Amino acid sequence: MATLPFTLVSPEKVLFDQEVSMVVIPGLEGDIGVLPHHAPLLTLLRPGVVTIYEEEKVLVRIFVDGGFSEVTSERCVALITEGKPLKALDKATLEIEIKNLLEDVADSKTPEERKKANQDLEIARVKLMEIVSHQKRA
Amino acid sequence: MATLKTLRDRRKSVQSTQKITLAMKMVAGAKLRRAQEHVEAGRPYAHQMRQILRDLAVSAQALESPQPLLTGTGKTDTHLILVATSDRGLCGPFNSSIVRYTRKLISSSQDEGQVVKLFCIGRKGKDMLSREFGQLIVESFTEIGFPRLRFHDAQHIADSVLQMYEDGLFDICTIVYNHFKSAISQEVTTQQIIPVKVEPLEKKTTDVQTVKAIYEYEPDEETILGKLLPQNVVVQIYDALLENAASEQGARMTAMDSASRNAGDIIRKLTLTYNRTRQAHITRELIEIISGAEALS
Repeated sequence: MATLPFTLVSPEKVLFDQEVSMVVIPGLEGDIGVLPHHAPLLTLLRPGVVTIYEEEKVLVRIFVDGGFSEVTSERCVALITEGKPLKALDKATLEIEIKNLLEDVADSKTPEERKKANQDLEIARVKLMEIVSHQKRA
Repeated sequence: MATLKTLRDRRKSVQSTQKITLAMKMVAGAKLRRAQEHVEAGRPYAHQMRQILRDLAVSAQALESPQPLLTGTGKTDTHLILVATSDRGLCGPFNSSIVRYTRKLISSSQDEGQVVKLFCIGRKGKDMLSREFGQLIVESFTEIGFPRLRFHDAQHIADSVLQMYEDGLFDICTIVYNHFKSAISQEVTTQQIIPVKVEPLEKKTTDVQTVKAIYEYEPDEETILGKLLPQNVVVQIYDALLENAASEQGARMTAMDSASRNAGDIIRKLTLTYNRTRQAHITRELIEIISGAEALS
C-alpha cells in the first residue's frame, strides 16, 4: 500500500514524523483527507483533531490548536502551535480549564485581553467537544 | 610581611570561591545540554516555515493589497533594534559583546539619519544600555524564559513588536543576539525580521511559477499570508532567543572554567608562600634556641 511521509511539528518539538497511509487534517473550511499523491495544497488549520491512519486503522489522534499545513504529492507537513494526543487529554481537567478561562474573559480589562481569552476559550471548548465525541464513539 | 594566619585565611577564601565557580560551571554545562536540545527541537518548524514562506512570497508580489510585513512601509526612517541579552551576569563577555555591537549599530544607523529605538529583552542589556541610551528604550522585557523559554514567551514579545509596527512606530526591525556556534564560541549576529527578508531561490523563476501554478490555497493566498507573516516574526524571535539561551550557558561555562582554573593558580601560589613562611618561622626559632644555648655554654 502506498504511503506518504507526514510531519507534525510545533515550535517546541516534532510531534509526529512517520510514513502513514492517510491523514485527516482539520482545514479551515472543513476536514481534509490526505492520501498519497494528493494535489498540492496550502491551507490554514482550525483547532481540531488530526487523525493519522496506518493500514486503514487509526494510529493516533492528535488535538492541534491551529496552524498551517502544506501538502504536496510526495509529503504532508503540518505546522501547529501546540498539540497533544487525544488520549492524553482529560475531560475533568478541561472542564476546570474552561471554567478558569470563563473567569479570564470576565476579568479581562482591555479588548485585546478579552480577544485572547475568548480565543483560548474557543480552543478549549472544541477540545472538550472532540473528547466527548471520541469517547462516545469508543 | 603577611603572617601565617592571614595567608591561611586568604587561601581558604579563594578555595571557597573556587568551589562556587566549579559548581556554576557544572550547572551551566547541564543547562547548556538542555538548551541545545531545545535549539535542535525548534529547527524543523523554522525550516518548514521558511520553505512555505518562500513559496508564498513569490506569488505574493502580485497581490492586490500589499502585506506591510513583507514589503515594508516604503520608508527606512525609524529603526527598532531588539537587543536580546541575559537576565543574569557572570557569563563572561556574553552581554558586553552584544551591548558593544548594539552601540556600533546605533551610531551607524544614526549616521544614516535614522531614528533609533531600542527594545530590550533581558535585564543585563537594559541596565547597560539605559546609562547611555536611556531615552531610546521604548520597551523592555525581563525575567522571561524561567525555568525554560516557552513559545508563548516569544509570542508575547512578538505581539508587542507587531502592535508597534501596526501603530507605525517603526519601519525596520532588527534583532541582535548571540548565535550559538559551539560551547566555547558564540557570535553576535543581527537579523532583520521586519520586513521579512526572503532568501532568494536557487531555482529559476520559471520553475517557481510552475510550482505556484499547481498549488491550491485554502482559503486564499492573502489570508494565509496574513497569518503566516506574523507567525514568522514570532518564530524568528523564538529562534533567536533559544540560540541566545544556549549561548549564555556556553559563555557561562567557559567563564566559570577559566575562573576555576585561575583560582587554582592562586591557591597554588598561596600554598607555596604559606609553606615558605612557615619554614622561615621554624628556622628562626631554631636559630634563637641554638644561639641561646651557645651563649650559656
